Amino acid sequence: MNTRKPSVRFLGATTVAAATLIVSACAPQTSDNSSSDKDEKTGTLRVWLFQEVGNKPKEKVVDSVVAAFEKQNKGTRVAVEYIPVETRAQRVKAAFNDPKSAPDVMEFGNTDTAGYVKDGGLLDVTRDFGDWSEAKDTDPTARQSVTVDGKVYGSPFYVGVRALYYRTDVFDELGLDVPKTMGDLATAARKIRAARPELYGIAVGGAYTYGAMPFVWANGGELATGKGGSYASAIDSPEAQKGIKAYTSLFSDDNCPAAKCAGMGGNDTVTAFAAGKAGMAIGGDFSYAAVEAGKVKGKYKVVPLPGTSEGSVAPAFAGGNNIGVLKSTSRRTLAVALMQQLASKKTQSSMFEAMGFLPTFADVRGQAAAKKPYVKPFVQTLAAGTKFVPASPAWAQIDSSLVLPTMFQEVISGKKDVAAASADAAKKMNDAFGSAG
Amino acid sequence: MTHVTPQEPGVVERGRVRTGTRPPHPRDGGPANGTPPRPRPRRRGGATPWLYLAPALVVVGGLLVYPVYQLGLISFFEYTQAQVSGGEPTTFQGLGNYAELFGDPQFWQVLLATVVFAAACVVSTLAVGCALAVLLTRVRAVPRLALMLAALGAWATPAITGSTVWLFLFDPDFGPVNRVLGLGEYSWTYGRFSAFFLVLLQVVWCSFPFVMVTVYAGIRAVPAEVLEAAQLDGASQWRIWRSVLAPMLRPILVVVTIQSVIWDFKVFTQIYVMTGGGGIAGQNLVLNVYAYQKAFASSQYSLGSAIGVVMLLILLAVTLVYLRLLRRQGEEL
Repeated sequence: MNTRKPSVRFLGATTVAAATLIVSACAPQTSDNSSSDKDEKTGTLRVWLFQEVGNKPKEKVVDSVVAAFEKQNKGTRVAVEYIPVETRAQRVKAAFNDPKSAPDVMEFGNTDTAGYVKDGGLLDVTRDFGDWSEAKDTDPTARQSVTVDGKVYGSPFYVGVRALYYRTDVFDELGLDVPKTMGDLATAARKIRAARPELYGIAVGGAYTYGAMPFVWANGGELATGKGGSYASAIDSPEAQKGIKAYTSLFSDDNCPAAKCAGMGGNDTVTAFAAGKAGMAIGGDFSYAAVEAGKVKGKYKVVPLPGTSEGSVAPAFAGGNNIGVLKSTSRRTLAVALMQQLASKKTQSSMFEAMGFLPTFADVRGQAAAKKPYVKPFVQTLAAGTKFVPASPAWAQIDSSLVLPTMFQEVISGKKDVAAASADAAKKMNDAFGSAG
Repeated sequence: MTHVTPQEPGVVERGRVRTGTRPPHPRDGGPANGTPPRPRPRRRGGATPWLYLAPALVVVGGLLVYPVYQLGLISFFEYTQAQVSGGEPTTFQGLGNYAELFGDPQFWQVLLATVVFAAACVVSTLAVGCALAVLLTRVRAVPRLALMLAALGAWATPAITGSTVWLFLFDPDFGPVNRVLGLGEYSWTYGRFSAFFLVLLQVVWCSFPFVMVTVYAGIRAVPAEVLEAAQLDGASQWRIWRSVLAPMLRPILVVVTIQSVIWDFKVFTQIYVMTGGGGIAGQNLVLNVYAYQKAFASSQYSLGSAIGVVMLLILLAVTLVYLRLLRRQGEEL
């Protein structure tokens, strides 16, 4: 059996060699992503924008902005690239890792702001934003979504909020009133399911964090408390637990059976509604096109999601996108100017016409609502006050490690009670706040 | 084809040559107990063999050793997106990432689930693969061709496509399986065990062809005389498999087992696609998906690397222990 000796010896040698390498190793690679000290006034500006479903109208608006910008700034060319939303995380990481292939200006989701700032990717434009005449009309929530530790890292591009979609034909048939409180909502949902068992009363999803959070906020709960560098999770507070209970109680056979709904995300609930499989759903202004294209066209209306007391509106999550400048740009002045033009009142107004993106300027949004009545419930929701996720780099980690969906699903599937599940979630959130700041 | 009798060790050797585990070499007979003789030691020129090996070693070194080295290295640092893109300095953590990992109860839970799930997959895959390989040798040409084509189709299907199709087959609303079985709107992905079972079916479906084809090739190499003799002695099909085929196919079975262990321990796509990234409240997480969540979804590359190193060590240990056990039993690979 001495045939195996050489292999053992070889293995040993390899191990020793590997160990030596590790011990004598230097640190793993990092990129030198310091801000560029150059500020060239000509050349090509690279821009990354998100590729939307049905992107043509967006391209048209952007093209006209770019044409005007190139005319104003002689010798400047703008190269716009549309990146797919699903792979944006990889693209942006790659851009931060290799400044040479990075764009100068890019669009990003507003929940990513704090994470990108921590990664060292975004340029601080506080002064430019302050000097910009249009900026004063930016609504406070949108402003908050570009602000980290009191500094501004970009310009809000559009906001997205969710409201309650309901089936007018089903409500008429069953003689139901539009729900005025969250209690009404649950009652109406159960009545619909009882009378029309092929429908979900209200389509809800265990992985639909931003559809669930209004229930927590309406009950007085918060995701986290604190400011700037020191957040602490508040998801296990008695108020938050009440909201979690209210939301998870909708996952039952008399509304949306847990076996099917626990795994659903936001898109699944909107799809179910659009396909005529639900009496109600929580959808965004950005879901409007999808619902219009579905079976329920002409048979639904939208109202702000009711709060706990009559006449109140449940605080919605203020989603949306921003446009920022990358720290690595070597054409700072031009890039900031382009950012402002892409996010200007004029552009946002045409972008609303083209894509239905809600403007971030209060006055522009008012004009938009006057023109297109379907926007009204969303504007009302925004006016009633919205909430945002903690402006902490930890949020990206909390979001991507599915802390909140896990919590909701644990309760829905009966693995844990609300107190235990929310306590676990709070612990995970605090760990993330602790390590990521 | 040269005439061989079952008693000759060359019979065993032929099966072995096909596995590619060792180069063929001329032989002049050997002990008649079924163990092939050791190759004659060749000690010609110390450096020459290495010279021949050098190109392969360079490739292996570049493609295997260097990434593993990087993996190990990163696992000792605090290395998240902020460090990669230069937003924050990289700091040496020692075994900090490992301490964090081992202190996380979810890790142990996921590890246990992975081991049990992989074991179930390996056993099922081998059972199905071997059974169908035997079946292949017993049926006529046309059904054999059909079975082969079906298996190759399953083999050639990309994991994402296969998973999506299986998910659709078992869909509570539109899936034909529930309709045929009369299960109504039963959701397979809701319960922990039914979700794992569904994934197991898919994993077996896409990995049994490899076992089947390999074992089938091995069986074809077993001379008909041996099987005939066993049949004449009145051995049942099961008995022939257990006492004649399995021992003769041992080297092949070793290879497919190790391959299956490694494959099923590292299963990612099926879990990721079929349970939506780890199931309800993460109940269907396996190590690879867990590592992906840590490393890429939340950009904690160092923690993900630590999981990778742990997986590497586990697989290495399993393989070595398995090989050793076989050696103990007096078999050489």
